[in-house]
Amino acid sequence: MARKVTTQRKVIMTAIAWALAILIFFPILWTFLTSFKSEADAIASPPQFLFFHWTTENYAEVQSRSNYLSHFMNSVVISFGSTLIGLIIAIPAAWAMAFAPTKRTKDVLMWMLSTKMMPPVGALIPIYLMFRNSGLLDTRTGLVIVLTLINLPIIVWMLYTYFKEIPGEILEAARMDGASLAKEIIYVLTPMAVPGIASTLLLNIILAWNEAFWTLNLTASKAAPLTAFIASYSSPEGLFYAKLSAASTMAIAPILILGWFSQKQLVRGLTFGAVK
Amino acid sequence: MGSITLQKVSKVFGEAKVIPSIDLDIRDGEFVVFVGPSGCGKSTLLRLIAGLEDVSGGKIVIDGRDATEKAPSERGLAMVFQSYALYPHMSVRNNIAFPLKMAGMDKAEIDRKVNDAARVLNLGDYLDRKPRQLSGGQRQRVAIGRAIVRQPSAFLFDEPLSNLDAALRVNMRIEISELHQQLKTTMVYVTHDQVEAMTMADKIVVLNRGNIEQVGSPLELYRSPRNLFVAGFIGSPKMNFIRGQNAAQLNAHTIGIRPEHVLLSTESGDWKGKVTVAEHLGSDTFLHVDVDGIGMVTARSNGDFASKAGDTVYLTPDKTRIHKFNESGLAI
Repeated sequence: MARKVTTQRKVIMTAIAWALAILIFFPILWTFLTSFKSEADAIASPPQFLFFHWTTENYAEVQSRSNYLSHFMNSVVISFGSTLIGLIIAIPAAWAMAFAPTKRTKDVLMWMLSTKMMPPVGALIPIYLMFRNSGLLDTRTGLVIVLTLINLPIIVWMLYTYFKEIPGEILEAARMDGASLAKEIIYVLTPMAVPGIASTLLLNIILAWNEAFWTLNLTASKAAPLTAFIASYSSPEGLFYAKLSAASTMAIAPILILGWFSQKQLVRGLTFGAVK
Repeated sequence: MGSITLQKVSKVFGEAKVIPSIDLDIRDGEFVVFVGPSGCGKSTLLRLIAGLEDVSGGKIVIDGRDATEKAPSERGLAMVFQSYALYPHMSVRNNIAFPLKMAGMDKAEIDRKVNDAARVLNLGDYLDRKPRQLSGGQRQRVAIGRAIVRQPSAFLFDEPLSNLDAALRVNMRIEISELHQQLKTTMVYVTHDQVEAMTMADKIVVLNRGNIEQVGSPLELYRSPRNLFVAGFIGSPKMNFIRGQNAAQLNAHTIGIRPEHVLLSTESGDWKGKVTVAEHLGSDTFLHVDVDGIGMVTARSNGDFASKAGDTVYLTPDKTRIHKFNESGLAI
């Protein structure tokens, strides 16, 4: 029997939901608004909400002070590169764990995930030294490698849960039909897992795009992606809220647009295959 | 060609010995049914033949060649799965063409073969649909189509009809039997449904706990079961087993009598009892009778026998149709 919902209850619930959504969205909105204020308006007390002098000078200033496009390209290369390499490694790994599990498969999966539970700062010094000694500091290659490794457990886990949903009999049928292992993966498994692979891809691009700890610590200028670009506006010499906001808006805009257009895939990805 | 020989084939999963050791000969063109209760190892045995599981010991010989170590794709067998296992992202045409494509056949040849198979299975109108747009019966036909196109030396069926409703199951059973007569290719068919086994098989292999209990034609198994297990498994309703004095009189530990070999009467007979449940199917009536001094006995009569629960009836077993078994359950 369906539960009866009174109109009053509905109105209250809707209001609460909207309030929560606005609360969560507010910092982003505020950042966006601040990016169009002068530095004086940005720190004005009481804060000005909409009735201030709108200006785009922060954007011009940010653009002239730093090379947005080069940071943007670094972000693109690092996030797409690390995700693609991660997928190439993770697809066969997840295949093996989903369709040819051994006694230790569950342990291996847990161990992989457990590496994500460790605070990354614990590994910073050894990785920094390894990067310095092998000349990988402040290079795109170095960041692609480190982000591939950082996100690999998540990629494997996501693909593993998607592959688990694919009935093993279909792969066995392919084997009976004469498909080699490679053909089985190319013609049968991958097309069936496309929605799962797509959401894994999207989610990991976003994770890699927003990753700040390693990108900030392992780059200086050449390979610095947009996270480093934002950080460069919160310097010890003094905060420039309006310019910082403009930089942040420019940094998050591309990924926000990508996320907006791929919402459906992302929701599937974030629920880890729980919603069929 | 399609002969399959199993020599001392065994399968162990971890600690569990699923199949201790099986020897079996399947001749070219035979329709062989593996039947047995769930967990008896029949599907495992089929998967061993297919190569989807590795044997733990023994040899599998297909067409005179040792296939024990061969990959599934190299054995020349085709399989139809319980879940149909169609490729959901491919059209019916591409599903059926898949094994031919894997074999590297040229496109014109593939088209011709796919169209032939579609004609045989009445799938012509559905070739461009996706599996999800088909009914259960049509999906099963596509799965069969995918199996027949590449002319395998034998077909393996793993409970192919158990996902279909009762009426469709009867139709598909007949279709598969007709297909066998038409193609004359060896078929190995796994089912837990003894009606399927009885109606389709040239040869039935009754399995229990990974062992073969008996191999024979359907009527051989029905008429002369080798032991209590086969006697109880083949035939529906199940054979009545009677122990004690009645069995001892015939120098047996247990005697068995099928429900259809017990004559029912409301007036007189060897045994007297009270009806506990009466099942009227129209064509037949099954009475479950609590017989004095013996216990529950099931008897079958024609549909006109109008007894109901609580009535007193008389039962007379057909003496010539009594099966006798010794202490270890073997037929005497």
